[in-house]
Amino acid sequence: MADKTETLNNPFEYAPAPESRSVVDIAPSYGLFIDGEFTEAADGKVFKTVSPATEEVLSEVAQAGAADVDRAVKAARKAFVKWSALPGAERAKYLFRIARIIQERSRELAVLETLDNGKPIKETRDADLPLVAAHFFYYAGWADKLDHAGYGANPQPLGVAGQVIPWNFPLLMLAWKIAPALATGNTVVLKPAETTPLSALFFADICRQAGLPKGVVNILPGYGDTGAAIVAHDDVNKVAFTGSTAVGKEIARTVAGTDKKLTLELGGKGANIVFDDAPIDQAVEGIVSGIFFNQGQVCCAGSRLLVQESVQDELLDSLKRRLGTLRLGDPLDKNTDIGAINSAEQLARITALAETGEAEGAERWSAPCELPTSGYWFAPTLFTNVTQAHTVARDEIFGPVLSVLTFRTPEEAVAKANNSQYGLSAGIWTEKGSRILAVADRLRAGVVWANTFNKFDPTSPFGGYKESGFGREGGRHGLEAYLDV
Amino acid sequence: MPTTAHATASATASAFADATASDSALRRFLHGLPGVDAVGLEARAAALGTRSIKTTAKAYAIDLAISMIDLTTLEGADTPGKVRALGAKAVHPDPSDRTTPRTAAVCVYPDMVATAKEAVAGSGVKVASVATAFPAGRAALDVKLADVRDAVAAGADEIDMVIDRGAFLAGRYLKVYDEIRAVKEASGTARLKVIFETGELSTYDNIRRASWLGMMAGADFIKTSTGKVGVNATPANTLLMLEAVRDFKQQTGVQIGVKPAGGIRTSKDAVKFLVLVNETAGADWLDNHWFRFGASSLLNDLLMQRQKLATGRYSGPDYVTVD
Amino acid sequence: MSEKSEKSEKSEQNRLSVFKTYKLYVGGKFPRSESGRVYEVTSSKGEWLANAPQSSRKDARDAVVAARKAFGGWAGKTAYNRGQVLYRVAEMLEGRREQFVREVADAEGLSKSKAAAQVDAAIDRWVWYAGWTDKIAQIAGGANPVAGPYFNLSSPEPTGVVAVVAPQESSFLGLVSVVAPVIATGNTAVVIASEAAPLPALSLGEVLATSDLPGGVVNVLSGRTAEITAPLAAHQDVNALDLCGADEVLAKELEVAAADNLKRVVRPQPVDWSADQGTHRLTAFLETKTVWHPTGSLGASGSAY
Repeated sequence: MADKTETLNNPFEYAPAPESRSVVDIAPSYGLFIDGEFTEAADGKVFKTVSPATEEVLSEVAQAGAADVDRAVKAARKAFVKWSALPGAERAKYLFRIARIIQERSRELAVLETLDNGKPIKETRDADLPLVAAHFFYYAGWADKLDHAGYGANPQPLGVAGQVIPWNFPLLMLAWKIAPALATGNTVVLKPAETTPLSALFFADICRQAGLPKGVVNILPGYGDTGAAIVAHDDVNKVAFTGSTAVGKEIARTVAGTDKKLTLELGGKGANIVFDDAPIDQAVEGIVSGIFFNQGQVCCAGSRLLVQESVQDELLDSLKRRLGTLRLGDPLDKNTDIGAINSAEQLARITALAETGEAEGAERWSAPCELPTSGYWFAPTLFTNVTQAHTVARDEIFGPVLSVLTFRTPEEAVAKANNSQYGLSAGIWTEKGSRILAVADRLRAGVVWANTFNKFDPTSPFGGYKESGFGREGGRHGLEAYLDV
Repeated sequence: MPTTAHATASATASAFADATASDSALRRFLHGLPGVDAVGLEARAAALGTRSIKTTAKAYAIDLAISMIDLTTLEGADTPGKVRALGAKAVHPDPSDRTTPRTAAVCVYPDMVATAKEAVAGSGVKVASVATAFPAGRAALDVKLADVRDAVAAGADEIDMVIDRGAFLAGRYLKVYDEIRAVKEASGTARLKVIFETGELSTYDNIRRASWLGMMAGADFIKTSTGKVGVNATPANTLLMLEAVRDFKQQTGVQIGVKPAGGIRTSKDAVKFLVLVNETAGADWLDNHWFRFGASSLLNDLLMQRQKLATGRYSGPDYVTVD
Repeated sequence: MSEKSEKSEKSEQNRLSVFKTYKLYVGGKFPRSESGRVYEVTSSKGEWLANAPQSSRKDARDAVVAARKAFGGWAGKTAYNRGQVLYRVAEMLEGRREQFVREVADAEGLSKSKAAAQVDAAIDRWVWYAGWTDKIAQIAGGANPVAGPYFNLSSPEPTGVVAVVAPQESSFLGLVSVVAPVIATGNTAVVIASEAAPLPALSLGEVLATSDLPGGVVNVLSGRTAEITAPLAAHQDVNALDLCGADEVLAKELEVAAADNLKRVVRPQPVDWSADQGTHRLTAFLETKTVWHPTGSLGASGSAY
């Protein structure tokens, strides 16, 4: 046996390793969460949420209308009086409780999120949930230290915060919104995305377990009109939105001329710049995580690869080889790298943009992988021969599609990277320290990853330049959005 | 697969004739290799470490791991009795289950080669011998070569040499290169594993350079460590060496083996290393001709896991043999 | 034409004084409005003071081009150097103190001593902001202790080209209080002077031109506020808007227009210009850039034999 070698093809097939679905109990229906109670929508409307990996209906969820928004804002307003008057140390303890309960229930929430969103369990388990708990833990500690945050003595909360979040990191975006809002003494009305309402509703249950006073957190599932009603409500003092740039602009118009404080975290077309002296294997990993993490449905994705022309072939060979090892499939399988696209609409958008890329003459290459027959799937794809003029180099695709462009000099790399209406993220790959600093200095982007990509931390401010929005979430900076300063 | 080891080695040598023409040329070549970002490398190794290998895949991996072990004893206290016991275990790792694969080799000091050879005779288990004044390698070249010839003469199928880390760290790459070439020559038909002692080279950049240096000089295997220092095989340094053999094959067509040694004690660890092999170098390396574990206690843990898979209940140390 | 003020003739005894032609300040030069239009500027009592250029949309556009052109160089200067330049501006202001006292007194109908107090406060404010250039990064940025092997640093950076609607009432102290913080951090500005009282702003341009401040860093336009601000609010190459001097209706219109490219907007609010201004106007036109750098260990080391 020890002697001769059988040369089997791919002998090391990983057996299915599904995470158990039994850790989460999804009810057949969910209400709105208003004033500490689950309740039906005033007009009785409901909508279905499906698993994007299988198209199975997971649950039926109440759909908030204008009357529900009004009720939730009133509840939040009422709760604001006592909540904002609580000593910071007491508010902190509620948030610490929430953080701990999230940690305790993190496997359940990870499975839930994977079911509702379609992203791999590996990511919900190792990225989303740990970051969610960490975010609450971080801001909990700020609640009684606001005097020292650099916004003057005794900074005051704004009041009722209306928050609208996207579907790509449902619970993490909730944490980014709710944790700083509560720590600073605001109360919230939050709308999760229509395709991923469940984790926010589970969070409502966590608020109850934590004994959070009624009305401090209100969760209103619904579509765009629900969000618009929240944004437009007269008694909302603060609007925070994460989502598309188009909707962000609409919101900015809506709140114009009011006293509502606004923060927007919008789209991006991040440039991932690879110089000829890059640590090539790590750069390949960074490119992969930059555009294929969460199926590329990430506002700060490194969706434009800017590679120095002299190393293009070598890099693309390595990248394609690496993409061949990505495992696409059942998001609940612990070995899955690429999960499902979140919705049929999103899949259609990605598909259309990819077709535009081909039609405009860019060269398309997709990783060899079999797509499941049900659910919404898109194979990891890259476009080469892309120029600044191509649609796939300018428009945010929000999917697993990478556009490859080349440059000759650092100057040109920076010029191309900045040649975008967006300015959210960028990456730099080089072993030369001074070049990192020089390039980072010149990039017009809110987050720059040098020799790494897509790293997040509650202490680290996140947000964009230009049409990627304004305001920062995370860190000390993240407090400002919720304080009257 | 290469025709003969020697033909390959000389083909490789001529392919890199320019790079090895002088100390400075060699330095330029090695320092021109892409750098390694330590955090990114370790993160990738850790990410691959989260692969969940279950049921059939686990059974495959455990048997493969057993078949890849260079079952090792490298103690001052080694005796013929100890080496015979080790040989017997290599041939029949689990006396209670004859379907258990044999280990790839036993690995001993040169003076124990003859004894080991006898102990594994006819089984197909190879005898590997450390040589070149292992582990420190601090001896004159002719002493090292005599050490090698001694082992080969005693029947060693494989030679595990150590590089001159002092020369490497002093930047005298050509000395290291020439020494490997000389040892390769002295090894004759024995396959040569070149140990870098990665814990002493310290940085990942050095490990990548040493990997290329070793491959260019004709190594059949590149090997992390002696098992005698604080940091031996790690997922990260093994991943890096797997990248090196992958790239080397891509460039030259020549396939080189990898052997992490020291510190791999559990089945879980071993399976993680096999995942690294599978997803970095690829299936071509999933064979004991191309990948080895330098280990001793690992075997018993693999055997216990194997018993668990077969019977469904957890095994215990009383149900595997002590070394 | 309104009745001519006799003030200058009286104060200069029998000598006929030389009037000053007030001009725009754009790209370091003093152009007239490309439209050739002027409008009458009167004192608070209605006496004619001067004809000021009535800027057009095209003047606004030219000012944006000048501001954009100046941005890279100004933002790229060291913070220390910007502080030096701004302090030089204060020195120049001090030298022309009497002129500004006169202009402020005329514009705002203040007594000479009250006008002097305004000018003094304005010069002192300029000095205050000059000192901020190399400190703001230390209070608005810093290292973040992320949970991983990374060095993570947040730094404030200027937003870009800022259109500043100067306060309508406080023609000099208010003006200085909105212009200085914008440029202190490395932004460049297109300033719309108080519609009724633009002369101190136009004179400020003359001071800036002789103060080592690169041309285009501050551009001063006079004219009808609504007419000039509309194209600026809609301009895709303007990054931010200080609506200080816009009335409620105009402010809302401009904020709506500003949404098209998501300009950062500071809404108008009552400000006591004599009070401590805090850092709000500095930070309002800053972007926070956060850069992650891997650190990791130095590597394994050492032998045990």
